[in-house]
Amino acid sequence: MANRVVRLPLVGTGLGATLRKDNWWIGPAVTFAVLSSFIAYATFRAFENNFFSYGPYLSPFYSPYIESKGFGISFLSPAMLILPGPASFRFTCYYYRKAYYRAFAMDPPACAVGERNPEKYNGERKLLLFQNLHRFAMYVAVLFLVFLWHDFYKSLSFDGHFGLGLGSLVLLTNCVLLSGYTFGCHSFRHLIGGSVDSFSTAPFGKLRHSLWNLVTKLNGNHMAFAWSSLFGVALTDLYIRMVASGAIHDIRFL
Amino acid sequence: MADKATIRVFRGNEDGGEFKEYEVETYTGMVVLDAIHEIQAKQAPDLAVRWNCKAGRCGSCSAEVNGKPRLLCMTRMSHFAEGEAINVTPMRTFPIIKDLVTDVSWNYEMAKKIPEFKPRPRDADGHWRMQQYDIDRIQEFRKCIECFMCQNVCHVLRDHDKKKEFAGPRFFIHLATLEMHPLDTLDRRQMMKDDFGLGLCNITRCCTEVCPEHIQITDNGIIPMKERVADDFYDPVRWLLARFGGKKKKSLPIVQSTGDAGEDTHKTKKPKKTA
Ligand code: SF4
Ligand code: SF4
Ligand code: FES
Ligand code: FES
Repeated sequence: MANRVVRLPLVGTGLGATLRKDNWWIGPAVTFAVLSSFIAYATFRAFENNFFSYGPYLSPFYSPYIESKGFGISFLSPAMLILPGPASFRFTCYYYRKAYYRAFAMDPPACAVGERNPEKYNGERKLLLFQNLHRFAMYVAVLFLVFLWHDFYKSLSFDGHFGLGLGSLVLLTNCVLLSGYTFGCHSFRHLIGGSVDSFSTAPFGKLRHSLWNLVTKLNGNHMAFAWSSLFGVALTDLYIRMVASGAIHDIRFL
Repeated sequence: MADKATIRVFRGNEDGGEFKEYEVETYTGMVVLDAIHEIQAKQAPDLAVRWNCKAGRCGSCSAEVNGKPRLLCMTRMSHFAEGEAINVTPMRTFPIIKDLVTDVSWNYEMAKKIPEFKPRPRDADGHWRMQQYDIDRIQEFRKCIECFMCQNVCHVLRDHDKKKEFAGPRFFIHLATLEMHPLDTLDRRQMMKDDFGLGLCNITRCCTEVCPEHIQITDNGIIPMKERVADDFYDPVRWLLARFGGKKKKSLPIVQSTGDAGEDTHKTKKPKKTA
């Protein structure tokens, strides 16, 4: 009897087939809208190639700043040179994978809800095997964090004097959220201690266990950090774009 | 007058069936299983339902209520809006025997395929030693009551019917329990990749959403196993280090299976020496 294909006679097959009565589509619809808007905004900013710095502030979309003129491609902006780094980190992130497999691929759109092409499915094996390389994107993301914290440090210096503006606080918030996101990464958690079977006998086992515990706490909030840091990056860039374009004025506290 | 609720129960078997509507009187604290028992007692004595503890401990009463996998004994009637008909159906992923009872034996067959715990030899004084903090992680997985709701909701089984190549979330946490165990000596990574279909899981987390024991199946079980498999099979840097850097691979015996997960053909072999 086992291994027979069973279909509960009362539910059809195909996309959206379900006996669920709640609004299961809201989650994927919101995810779809937010991620699409972010991608649209980031693409616009990458092409705009303007208003990305103001005084000591540098937009995270353009950091680290690499001059793009020498490449001889007219539309190439410094943002385009560096954005593949964070983009691949988020694209291969275990949390975002869940989010876009549901919202974009609809495989499945929500739990216990039918899908488009039930016969064709390879999961993360064939075409998506590259998702297993997430750790390498994580190494890059950690490197980017160094640059972003350095940008915050630089944002405290106005014409050679110590200062503090609203922009500095915006950059700080961005760094904090991105650090929470990056150090809560599953691959980082594995690297720091997840791969150890016996902490009490492994080299540096106790230390690794404590670090693993910390990372596990961040990891438990990975979804929250994934979204807040995504908004964080976009709003930081938007703030700098607005002060750089003169739409608003930066507030100086010190 | 006591309040009433309308319950629509699936009546039938694998070959077909339909919803039958029943009305039951409700009372404070009533759960869906109570309502089913009420129907059994007074209106449909041949209605089949599997249950045992009525306390969320045995994992027998798994079914779907309004399309969502739930333990019937832990789902309160007060959870549903008054006047709303409540649909009760059997788990969709497994063959229906009758009404709400499904044949979950595929899970027991799968469990047999997993190479069991093989501890290292005892210490010289005849004891095994490990610390509490070594096994904290896997104690979470021991809470599993084998309700198989995670297996039922997982789209790899439910929609794609990969029962031959995919062990499912319940067994991934079982594999994780063994793999993370400080005393265990077997390496089941190759099996996880090739025979138990870990790569088929696309971490969409429905298993975690339905688990009545709130086990973080995806975050604490499946993803750590994906990372371990990546260590051995998808990490070019590690591969190079092992090949040219003289870094020794963990010398645990590798358990390999020669067939798919539907056949009981695993054997243990010594790992190849990596220079
Ligand atoms: S996370 Fe993986 S195992 Fe769990 S329900 Fe989704 S596909 Fe299945
Ligand atoms: S892991 Fe949770 S959902 Fe899956 S069988 Fe165990 S208790 Fe049930
Ligand atoms: S960043 Fe989300 S899992 Fe690595
Ligand atoms: S009857 Fe035991 S879990 Fe519901």
